[in-house]
Amino acid sequence: MRRLGPRVEEKAARVGLWALTLITVGVLVFIIFFIMRRGLPVLSLEFLTANPADMGKTGGIFSTIVGTVALTVLAIVIAAPLGVGTAIYLTEYTWGGPVTRVIRFGAECLAGIPSIIFGLFGFILFVTKLKFGWSILSGGLTLAFMLLPTIIRTSEEAIKSVPASYRSVSFSLGSTKWQTVTRVVLPTALPGIVTGVVLSIGRSIGETAATIFTAGSALRMPTSLFSSSRTMSVHFYILAREGISMPNAYGTAAILIIAILGINLLTYFIMNRFIKKYS
Amino acid sequence: MSGIAIEVRGFSQYFGEVRKIRALDLDIPRNEILGIIGPARSGKSTFLCALNRLNDLVRGSRHEGAITIDGLDIYGPDVDVVELRRRLGMVFATPVPLPRSIYENVAFGARRAGLRGRDKLDAIVRDCLEKGGLWEEVQDRLQTSGLKLSGGQQQRLCLARILAVKPEYILLDEPTSGLDPISTMKIEDTLRRLKAEYTIILVTNNTKQAARVADRTAFFLNGELIEVGPTAKIFTAPDDQRTDDYLRGRFG
Amino acid sequence: MAPQAKSGGGNRLERNDRLVRLALLVVAFSAVSVLLVITVFIVGQGTPIMFRYGLKSFLTGSAWYPSEKLFGLWPMIVGSLAVTAGALVIGVPLGLSCAIVLTEFSSKRVRGFIKPIVELLAGIPSVVYGFMGVIILVPFIRETFGGPGLSVLAASVILGIMILPTIISISVDSLQAVPPSYREGSIALGATRWQTVKMVLFPAARSGIIASIILGMGRAVGETMATIMVAGNAAEVPRSLLAPVRTLTSNIALEMSYATGEHREALFATGVVLFVIIMVLNTIANATSAKRRKQP
Repeated sequence: MRRLGPRVEEKAARVGLWALTLITVGVLVFIIFFIMRRGLPVLSLEFLTANPADMGKTGGIFSTIVGTVALTVLAIVIAAPLGVGTAIYLTEYTWGGPVTRVIRFGAECLAGIPSIIFGLFGFILFVTKLKFGWSILSGGLTLAFMLLPTIIRTSEEAIKSVPASYRSVSFSLGSTKWQTVTRVVLPTALPGIVTGVVLSIGRSIGETAATIFTAGSALRMPTSLFSSSRTMSVHFYILAREGISMPNAYGTAAILIIAILGINLLTYFIMNRFIKKYS
Repeated sequence: MSGIAIEVRGFSQYFGEVRKIRALDLDIPRNEILGIIGPARSGKSTFLCALNRLNDLVRGSRHEGAITIDGLDIYGPDVDVVELRRRLGMVFATPVPLPRSIYENVAFGARRAGLRGRDKLDAIVRDCLEKGGLWEEVQDRLQTSGLKLSGGQQQRLCLARILAVKPEYILLDEPTSGLDPISTMKIEDTLRRLKAEYTIILVTNNTKQAARVADRTAFFLNGELIEVGPTAKIFTAPDDQRTDDYLRGRFG
Repeated sequence: MAPQAKSGGGNRLERNDRLVRLALLVVAFSAVSVLLVITVFIVGQGTPIMFRYGLKSFLTGSAWYPSEKLFGLWPMIVGSLAVTAGALVIGVPLGLSCAIVLTEFSSKRVRGFIKPIVELLAGIPSVVYGFMGVIILVPFIRETFGGPGLSVLAASVILGIMILPTIISISVDSLQAVPPSYREGSIALGATRWQTVKMVLFPAARSGIIASIILGMGRAVGETMATIMVAGNAAEVPRSLLAPVRTLTSNIALEMSYATGEHREALFATGVVLFVIIMVLNTIANATSAKRRKQP
């Protein structure tokens, strides 16, 4: 077979690579436009503030918004302190010995576990054995465990990127370890840590498999931690799969995508603003 | 009040199996500037970090011998290391302003010393910036970020910062190595002024700087103290041939 | 100056430091404890039936009829493998191309445009992907290739798209970690950019790229919602790309809500199998990453 000359190969490669890249980009753009085109018209103040009626065929999605927010807040409130604390310990208080390795191994394994297994686990432990039932409590706890590894990883990276010289300066001024961590390291790492938390929020919003088996899928407005509730993604899934209402499904999907877009924008904003402020 | 402030006896510093400082004996008098010169990797910076026990933060570090500061064995069992580090302020080779405003950089040090209250902080920030020779240049922009200053200004900021914790000693590790001549001169002037109130130990790669600023000079080579004495003597008639060779540039 | 003995304040500070350290240690073990608890539960609930039923029949039996107490998992194992392999066929070329273009062939402006898009791709919920599959891909397959549309092919395409962000971001990291001197040396020898990529950068970044692929595999194996929506969910070994298929994850999700007794245990056992596969993949990925870190 005659070998292509390097120039031809280069051209062919470039064309091929760019084509594939554009396909990738194109897919995303297509998805967003497709959903938005059909979903945006459905969005209105009413849609957002009214509760679903008639199994979701009519009405809005307010109770699902509340459910989503409740679950996410509970999950973050649990996962963020645990995650950031773990990251602080791993970077500031250990040398990399066996203890570190065990903890890190635990976090990385946790990161790889599929959401359905979390759902299974949450169902057996929280819903059944602990008798919380299908509830925001069960869902929030399960989600918290799912988000934990991500928060650990991003916080660790943020803390590691604080220059070592900052710590030297703090110590040489006569600070204790804890003072150094709280007065110098954490404030400097804060944008990175917050970004990680915000991204986790995005992930928990889109999570379906874990929530459907722990928080259930009740349509009415949740009244307490023990109420069952439906998140927006679960609502979307049910609407779409059961064919209950296509327009409402598109509307819900549009809200989901807007939320994700908003979250990504927020992280860029945070990082850029803080980088500008301090360098 | 004069006399010997720091006594070093038979001090060695190890990091794991590597010995960075060997059997050091040195007396450092009060209210003087001691210059430490020597080629790279001769243990000069390690010695500074041994004085404020910053070396303890490195894994696998250990020492032999003793260092006594104002009569206190700094490696003794009852020593409060945090307090010790406050008493020996350190300025590093690369200026490291914290990512905050100029005011907050100096105030950081002040707060470490336990100071609270806006008026007190204002006063001490001004006082330290004046002592550090930076007040005039920054007095009307105290809220701007410390990172926006020039290299020389940043270094003087670092100096002001440690003054805020009320140290008794100032340790400087090649403080002007990356700076332009004017900034260097300003810092050297500041050190001369500070000598009256503090005991200063200056590690420098620039022998001429030691000649300009130091009252006494010590020459380190491969982790050992080769010679120490009044600067004039070291530079004109050193006792050890190696000192002479280094100063003449025969190696380095 | 009087010798400075340890003041009461210093003592307190040091004690606080030790307390803080202990508290953080406890917190840090939270991740490990959670992992342990999950493992214990899933394995605890799932393994008894595996051995009661017979491990071999469970894993290789091709009949899954819970109502008749038949729990053969083989169709689902094949299903997961097929769909994952398909996802890799789609996702790896697309993902690697994107990664190479991002690091080697695009200007800063273009990069600033593509990178956020990839990150956005990562954030879209899996149910939305599944939905797009049902609305657009499945009818397309049905009309163009025949069959029910809900198929291995559909699931592979959707999963392939979903693992793109994983493959892209880790591969980009690996490519960027190659020292600039490798590139410069190659160009200086007269190689074209593509030749540099093919003969220098790829081999250098190989472990990282492999790790990204393995992690992508893990993601594909673990995906549930999207596969339920487009794969057809027939519990039989798929005979072709166009046949419907059920994965291990779908198996659990579809029947969990109404399963009781032994049926439920069998679903947990499915979870155990899934768990093992993921653990193996993760360990391999970590090992290849570690090798990458050790590389010069």
